[in-house]
Amino acid sequence: MASPAVVLLVVFFVVPVALAFGLAFTNARLISRRPARVVGFDNFVQLFGDPVFWASLRNTLYFAAVVVPVQAGLALVLALLVNAKVRGRNFFRTVYFLPVVTSMVVVSLLWRFIYQPDGLLNHVIRAVSFGHWQGTDWLNNPDTAMPAIIVLSIWQAVGFHMIIWLSGLQTIPPELYEAAELDGTSTWQRFRFVTWPGLLATRTFILVTITIAALSLFTQISVMTQGGPLDRTTTMVFMAVRTGYEQQQTGYAAAVSLVFFVFVLLVSAVQRFVTREKD
Amino acid sequence: MSHHRIHRRIAAAVVLVAASSGLVACSSDSSGTGASTADGVTTLKLWTHNGGNAQELAINKQVVADFNASQSKYKVDLQAFPQASYNDAVTAAAAAKKLPCVLDIDGPNVPNWAWAGYLAPLDLPEETFKDQLPSTMGKVDDKVYSFGHYDVALNMAVRKSVLTTIGVRVPTIDKPWTRTEFDAALAKLKAGGKYRYTLDLGTSGTGEWLPYAYSPLLQSFGGDLINRSDYKSAADVLNGPKAIEWATWMRSLIANGYMAQKSGADGTVDFVNGKTAIVYTGSWAADAITKKYGGDVAFVPPPDLGNGAKIGGGSWQWGLSSDCAAKDGAREYLKFSAQTKYFVEYSQKLGLIPGNTAAVDQLPNFAADGKYRVFLELAQKYAVVRPVTPAYPFISTTFQKACQDILAGGDPKKVLDKATSDIDNNIKSNGDYQF
Amino acid sequence: MAVDVAVRAGRPGVPRVLLQLGRIVLMLVFSLPILFMIVSSLKPDTQIFSDLTSLRAFLPVGHISLDNYRGVFERVPAAQFLLNSVMVSVVTVAVGIVVNSLAAFALSRMRWRGRRIVLAAIIATLIVPFETLALPLVWWVNKLPWLELNGFSLVLSDGWLDTYRVQILPFIANAFSIYLFYQFFSSIPTELDEAARVDGASWFGIYRRVVMPLSGPAVATVAILTFLPAWNSYLWPLMVVQSEAKRPVMVGIQYFFQLNVAWGQIMAYSAMITVPVLVLFVAFQRAFVNSIASSGVKG
Repeated sequence: MASPAVVLLVVFFVVPVALAFGLAFTNARLISRRPARVVGFDNFVQLFGDPVFWASLRNTLYFAAVVVPVQAGLALVLALLVNAKVRGRNFFRTVYFLPVVTSMVVVSLLWRFIYQPDGLLNHVIRAVSFGHWQGTDWLNNPDTAMPAIIVLSIWQAVGFHMIIWLSGLQTIPPELYEAAELDGTSTWQRFRFVTWPGLLATRTFILVTITIAALSLFTQISVMTQGGPLDRTTTMVFMAVRTGYEQQQTGYAAAVSLVFFVFVLLVSAVQRFVTREKD
Repeated sequence: MSHHRIHRRIAAAVVLVAASSGLVACSSDSSGTGASTADGVTTLKLWTHNGGNAQELAINKQVVADFNASQSKYKVDLQAFPQASYNDAVTAAAAAKKLPCVLDIDGPNVPNWAWAGYLAPLDLPEETFKDQLPSTMGKVDDKVYSFGHYDVALNMAVRKSVLTTIGVRVPTIDKPWTRTEFDAALAKLKAGGKYRYTLDLGTSGTGEWLPYAYSPLLQSFGGDLINRSDYKSAADVLNGPKAIEWATWMRSLIANGYMAQKSGADGTVDFVNGKTAIVYTGSWAADAITKKYGGDVAFVPPPDLGNGAKIGGGSWQWGLSSDCAAKDGAREYLKFSAQTKYFVEYSQKLGLIPGNTAAVDQLPNFAADGKYRVFLELAQKYAVVRPVTPAYPFISTTFQKACQDILAGGDPKKVLDKATSDIDNNIKSNGDYQF
Repeated sequence: MAVDVAVRAGRPGVPRVLLQLGRIVLMLVFSLPILFMIVSSLKPDTQIFSDLTSLRAFLPVGHISLDNYRGVFERVPAAQFLLNSVMVSVVTVAVGIVVNSLAAFALSRMRWRGRRIVLAAIIATLIVPFETLALPLVWWVNKLPWLELNGFSLVLSDGWLDTYRVQILPFIANAFSIYLFYQFFSSIPTELDEAARVDGASWFGIYRRVVMPLSGPAVATVAILTFLPAWNSYLWPLMVVQSEAKRPVMVGIQYFFQLNVAWGQIMAYSAMITVPVLVLFVAFQRAFVNSIASSGVKG
C-alpha cells in the first residue's frame, strides 16, 4: 500500500537527487554545444575558493540562528495568548494565521512598500519619534537587509507554528493545571512545571520544521534583494538557483546543492544530538 | 490482502488525473519540435515576451493573423509569456529540447543561442535586410540568426527651462555634455534644492537593464565588458583604471546625494511629477514626458565621459529554432513579417525606432524634422551593441551583480577584479566558446 | 473544547488589560499589510504612493474604483489562471490524501521488513528544498514516457512539459503528509483493527472502514498544508508551463512588471489570488485549527 507513494518519491525525488549528485562532478551547462565532461572535484575546489559561497553559508546560518529561536518563541507567546479563555480568541487566531495563507511572493512584494526609503515603516518611525529618528533604506543598507528579511519571514510563518503549539497545549490534561493550582503555584511555575514539560514532543517538531524551512530561504531573497547588498543576503539555495539557472552552470550549481544537503544533514544531526542530551 | 483491488483503485485514480489533465484532448499536440501537421495544414509555434504588454502583443497577433490568412499551408500559433520570466521559460524549454519554431530573443543573447545550436541561421534572401539598422540584426559567425522590427535608444530627458535658468548649456546630439559640464550641472541642480534627486539613472532596475544602461557609461569612460579583439578575457577592460574610475564615479553620484541607491519604482513618473531633474530612460518614455512638458523637454545623449558618448543598442529580435520541424514554414513566416508595413506598424503604435530605414518615409515622427527623429539619430550615432559572444549571458549576470555591489558601496577594485576573474574562468572552462 | 491553560487571564495580579492590548497590537501587525493590499487595489498608482505617508494607506479614501480589477482582466487571462490553479491544487490535494494516507497506513499498521528504513528515508526527503532539484527534474520529466489514449489505443508519448500532470504528479507523494498521517494513525488503538479483522476485513477494509473515518482531523490538516504550496507554486510552473491555457496564478504576477510597473493592478491581482484562500480559511478556520490541534503533532 505504500508503493504508489514510494514509486512517486523514487521517480520525482530520488532520481533528481541522484542526477544532482552526478552532475556535481561534471562541467555540465544548461546551454552548451560541448558535451559535459567529468571533472572530478573541480567544482568543489572552485566553490570553496568562492567568497560568495562563504557569504551564502554565513547568511544561511545567521538567518537560521535568529529565526529558529525567535519564531518558535514568538509562536509560543501567540499560542498562549490565544489559548486563554477570552472573548474573540478565534478571531485573533484567524488574524495571526492570515499571513500563512498569503503567498510568499505576494508578501515579499507588499513588504517592499513597507521597507522602501519613503515607505510605511519609515513614516511610522518618524511619526512615533516626532521626527527625531530617521529610518534607513532597509533593504539596501548592508546592516539592515538581512534583519529586514528576518522580520518579514517570521511575520509570514509564525502563525503556522502558533497553531502547532496550540495543538500541543491542548494535549496537556486540564487536571494537571487544576492540581497545580490547588498547590498554590504561580502562573510562571505552572508554565515551567506543567506546560513546558507537556510540550516536549511539540518542541522537537517545531524545532525541526522551522530549521528546515529557515535553511531553505529563497523566495524572499529572489523577490526582494537578489542576494545584495554586497552579498549580505545571498543564501545557499539562492546561490544554487542563480548559478544553475541564470548563469547556466548546471554542474557548479549541483555542487552547491550537494554541499547544501550535507550541511543540512549536519545541522539536523547536531540538533538531534542536542535535543537528545536534554531529554 | 487485497492488493488487486487497491491497485485497481490507484490505477483508476491515475486515469482520473490523466483524464482531468486534459491529456486526451491534446494528444496530437506533443510532436515536440514546435510544429505539427494535421489535414495538410502545418501548425507551428511562435513565442513572444509580450505577455501583459497589450499594445505590442496586439501587433504580434496582427502579423500572425495576416500570415495565417495569406496562405493555407501553415498556421502560426502564438504563445505569450510575461517578459520578466521569458528567458527562464525559454532556457528550460531549450534544455528540454522543446523550443517553438519561431521565438523572440533579447538581442545580446542571440550569439549564445546560436553557439549552443538552438538557433538556425535565417537563410533568407539577402535583400530582405538591405535597409536593416545594424543594431537590430543578430549576425554571428557571418550568418544572420535574427532580426528585429525596432530598436530603442536610451537618452537623458531634461527640461530646457530648468537648465537655462541655472546657466547650464542644453546639450545637443552633436555636442553632448562633457564630464566636467555634467558634474557641474549636477552640482548646480542640487544646489538649487528644488528636486528630491538630481539624477535618476534607474538604479532600482534589475536584470538586463543593468548592462544595457550602465555598460555604455563604462564604455564612455574607456572600459568595456570584455576585450572585443578576441572575446577571450575581460582583464584590463573591466578591471583596469578606466573601469575603476567608472565605478568610483557611479558610487560618487550616490555619495554626493545626486541620485538614490535605489531609484523610485517608476522613473518616468518621478520625472513627470518633478521629483527628479534628469532621468536616464528609453525612447519608450518619450510620449509620457512630452505630454507633460511639451516643447520644454529635450532628449539629449548621455555625457561624454572621456571616450565619447555611448548608448546601448539592440532590442528584441526574431529567430528560428534549429529543432523546428517546419523550417520552411517558419522562414516563410519570418519573411512575411519583415514587410515594411510591419516595421511602420511597430514604430507608429509603440513610438519605437524602426528597425528598417525603408520604413522611415512612412513615419512622419522619424522624418528629418519629426519629433522622434532625435532617437533615430541617437541610435545611428551612439549605439554600441553589447558584446557579440556566446559568453554574453554569463558576462551579463556577472556584470549585474558587480553593478549592484558598486552601487551598494562595494570596493570598486575588489568587485571588478572578482567579476573579471569569474568571466575569464567561465570563458576558459567553455573552451573559449569556439564555434 | 480548549482548556484554559498556562495564562489565566482572570486571576488578580495578571495584567489582563495589557494582555488584551497585546493581542490587539499583534492583530494590527498581522493584518495591516494585507489590508494595505486590499485598499491599494482600489486606488490609482499615483495615489498608492502618495498615501504611503499617512494612515490613508490603510483607508479606502480618495479616488476609489474597480479600475485596477478591470485592468487585470485586460492584461492577463486571470479567469483561466484561476481555473488552472484550482484544477492543479484540488487534484494535488485529493490524490495526495489517498496516496500519502495509504503509505502512512502501511508504515504504521502493517508489519513488514524494512518498514523503519523506508519511514526514515521518507522523512529524510524533507531536508531537500525543491528549488535545488528543479533543474534536474525538468530534464528528467522530459525524458519520462506517458501513456496516452489516442483514439482507442494507448500510445507512449513524451509530452510532459506544458501539462497539468507535470504540475501535479511530482507533488503528490509528500513526506510531510505521510509523517502527519503516520503520527495520527499511530494514535488510533490497534484493537479496532483486530476487531475488524475478526469480522473478515482486509487491510484495505481496515484502512477504509476503520482508520480513515477516524482521521478527519489529519485529512483536514494535510489538505490545507498541501493546498497552500500547490496554490502558491511559482518557480516550477515558470520552468515547465509554456501556454496560458495551463499557467497557474502565481506566474501571472510577472505580467505586471512591464517597463511601467502597474502597482495598482499588482495589488488587485494579488488580492484576487489571495482573498479566495483567506475566505476559505476563515470559513474553515475553526475546523482547521481544531483539526490540527487534535491531529496531535507529537514529534
